[in-house]
Amino acid sequence: MKWNLLGVAALGLLPLSAVAQKSTAEGIAEYRAMLADGNPAELFEAKGEALWKQARGPKNASLAQCDLGKGPGVVKGAFVELPRYFADTGRVQDLESRLLTCMETLQGFSAEAIAKTPFGRDEQKTLESLVAFISGESRGMKFNLPQSHPQEKLMYAVGKQVFYQRGGPYDFSCASCHGEDNKRVRLQDLPNLTKNPGAGDGFGAWPAYRVSSGDLWGMQRRLNDCYRQQRFPFPGYASDVTIALGVFMGVNGKGGVSTAPALKR
Amino acid sequence: MSDPMRIRAQAQGDKTTVRVLVSHEMESGQRKDATGKTVPAWFIQNISATHHGKVVMNAQWGPAVSKNPFLQFSFRGGKAGDKVAVSWVDNRGDKRTDEAVIS
Repeated sequence: MKWNLLGVAALGLLPLSAVAQKSTAEGIAEYRAMLADGNPAELFEAKGEALWKQARGPKNASLAQCDLGKGPGVVKGAFVELPRYFADTGRVQDLESRLLTCMETLQGFSAEAIAKTPFGRDEQKTLESLVAFISGESRGMKFNLPQSHPQEKLMYAVGKQVFYQRGGPYDFSCASCHGEDNKRVRLQDLPNLTKNPGAGDGFGAWPAYRVSSGDLWGMQRRLNDCYRQQRFPFPGYASDVTIALGVFMGVNGKGGVSTAPALKR
Repeated sequence: MSDPMRIRAQAQGDKTTVRVLVSHEMESGQRKDATGKTVPAWFIQNISATHHGKVVMNAQWGPAVSKNPFLQFSFRGGKAGDKVAVSWVDNRGDKRTDEAVIS
């Protein structure tokens, strides 16, 4: 009886050791590859394209004249050059804050009200689809954020400062998790966002569809969750702090290929 | 109003592989909202595909199928240029049909 039990135990161990030979990262990559064929982000892209062209809001206008940095209405290639400085607002803006500007000036929505709306509701839902569509139009292109305007340089410096600034009950900074190679949260490999390839891979994968929640997350929501995990209050939707972090990551990821809207666990 | 499905169909030899991304909440009826009320179940009950008016796939789905589900199946007899239509009916009686051309 005892021998029998041992035999069973030994047999039970065999497949376990075979599994252990494949690293967790490989396992996750395999899982993503299986899902990549039917990335539901595509559904959001299609929805976003329709929303971009549809006349909406109090002014009943479409976003077709929205300037994302490459001229009014130009979507292709805009994503890989954001955040950037916009002369009309006098601010450096990322994709989401720029869309708020367009939705306010062209469509008559209140940017402030949308920024205060919880993620995944009302016009925030619209934004999810829009960022999926716009980022998808730059899929496969290389990140090339402009750094010629003094404001853009300033935002990079601010972003760097914020990235390394420790705070909150855990005394965490972004750099605690994303400042070195080969760090993990549980089983999830974390990209080193201070240099390539990590910065390009990490920054270039959002917006993304999260299988676990069935939502499409933009960069703002991603950052919001980073802050939550740091047990630190979110600086606010489309706030300058979050945009500065975007500049820091995006400039570090220069030359990296955009895969957004990607698929995440 | 439901959103369109994304359908891709590819013929290889006499076999046609169809990949469908369905846009649907697929609410299980097991979840509660912020106020503690049960979110009512809302899911696709039947999904089928037709080719030349003939049903080539028919499936009954339940609340265990994920949100925005992905479906892949293959059938015999499709040719490039033919149309494949996929339709679903959910438990609220909502329906949707989308078509794709086999490549």
